[in-house]
Amino acid sequence: MSAPMFYVSPEQQVKDRAEFARAGIARGRSVIVQRYRDGILFVAENLSQSLHKVSEIYDRIGFAAVGRYNEFDNLRIAGIRHADIRGYAYDRRDVTGRMLANAYAQVLGTIFSAVAEKPYEVELAVAEVGPSPDQDQIFRLTFDGSIADERDFCVMGGAAEQISAALAETYTVASLPQALTTAVRALASDPGQDGPVGVEAIEAAVLDRDRRQTRKFARLSRAQLAAVLDPAPPGPTSPPARQPRRRAGTGTDQNGQHG
Amino acid sequence: MSTSLFLPPAGPPSALEMAAADTSSFTQFVARVQPSLLRAGGPANLTADALAPRATTIVALTTAEGVVMAGDRRATMGSMIAQRDIQKVYPADEFSAIGIAGSAGLAVDLVKLFRVELEHYEKIEGSPLTLDGKANRLATMIRGNLGLALQGFVVVPLFAGWDSQAGRGRIFSYDATGGCYEETGYSSVGSGSVFARGALKKLYRPDFSTAKAVSAVVQALFDAADDDSATGGPDLARRIFPVVIAVTAAGSCQIPEAEVAKVTDKVVASRQRRPDGPEAKL
Repeated sequence: MSAPMFYVSPEQQVKDRAEFARAGIARGRSVIVQRYRDGILFVAENLSQSLHKVSEIYDRIGFAAVGRYNEFDNLRIAGIRHADIRGYAYDRRDVTGRMLANAYAQVLGTIFSAVAEKPYEVELAVAEVGPSPDQDQIFRLTFDGSIADERDFCVMGGAAEQISAALAETYTVASLPQALTTAVRALASDPGQDGPVGVEAIEAAVLDRDRRQTRKFARLSRAQLAAVLDPAPPGPTSPPARQPRRRAGTGTDQNGQHG
Repeated sequence: MSTSLFLPPAGPPSALEMAAADTSSFTQFVARVQPSLLRAGGPANLTADALAPRATTIVALTTAEGVVMAGDRRATMGSMIAQRDIQKVYPADEFSAIGIAGSAGLAVDLVKLFRVELEHYEKIEGSPLTLDGKANRLATMIRGNLGLALQGFVVVPLFAGWDSQAGRGRIFSYDATGGCYEETGYSSVGSGSVFARGALKKLYRPDFSTAKAVSAVVQALFDAADDDSATGGPDLARRIFPVVIAVTAAGSCQIPEAEVAKVTDKVVASRQRRPDGPEAKL
């Protein structure tokens, strides 16, 4: 016996689906994408060293995501393929962040409005470092395919509002160490966070305009992060940075499902 | 085209689709979604190698710091010089370099595809291939060209890089059927390779610094150009010099042209005193 079908208005349907996606995203820890003097900085709160939230897409293009790992990793791989095939068929300079952001918006929008599908519980940022600072671009994409062009920074994830407010107060176009410090401090304004975010819980990468290679994306190693974030050698007297605690009611965050 | 590269938006992908999507190889992926982008293969009865220019001599040697690879700048079509300043040696990725001899058009395209192949794998998997993995991948790509090789469009690369696990530079040579052979010390491919190898045999020292190695490869290419008409010597009037790439633990970098020019000027000056090059001690 099949379940009886009821009429659901499109407004209600969209509302329900958006609520579902938002709830999924809110379970995850946050990511900041911001401009700094020499390019774009990605900072994510992430305990895993191998399940990345930040990734390289192309020469000048980086990707950051929050939400369900399997869903955004699919999108990440699709983006790499899209970019590589474009660059191979035409020229490397013909691959742009805007093109990629548009492709993502199409896919997310289609999935969101497909009734038979559950919406993706992800939020993405596509950033491109330009030849000069005024050509840097940060696009933010939400689960429903909406796309926004962000000026200086964007924050995604569970505590996006609080972190965004904290970052807005301190943000300036700064050098890399300063930008990194500001971003990590802003991440600690997550209400589920009791204390500063330790180096072991930070994943960071840059799109460095001045990098010698054509590929401008570079991950910052733990050692590089530690050199900036806790310059004093850790002694027995220094208070250890606490591990980020999961917020109440995050039952599904067992194996990095919601990053 | 754009959305076809993404997973189908409606319905969970079937096991078959999942398996089909499961590749980190750019070449395999392109062959699936846009095979027309890859070059045409397959045997035919015609031999048409006179249609395409040929690129010539590449040399590589290991140093105390890694490897150095260099190539002359000439492409020929029969007895004619097709191009004076062709580039035949490229960084393949951050820790390896590739040089090519043979049919120029196919060879340059092969390098382009190989570079995307390495980068694509690294981006999707989150870590680069091992040096052996890269060398093996290149062998498969050369084997794929066998049909065209039989018609005369032979492409033979030389591959070298820094092996981070072994902590040393390594060199791999190839044949047209995709055979991949690791070389110790030094190696060379292309029409002038016999003469270049002879020169390196006398000049090579395993403890060379990168700077010494640069001078050795310039000497070897000079000897190749001296005895092989298809290899270009340094063009002092037009200031065209060999392309030299050094790969060390710090990554691959092309030696600046000004530096190669300085070394070349020195070599040319010494050859005016002794045209056969430096004398080996008995």
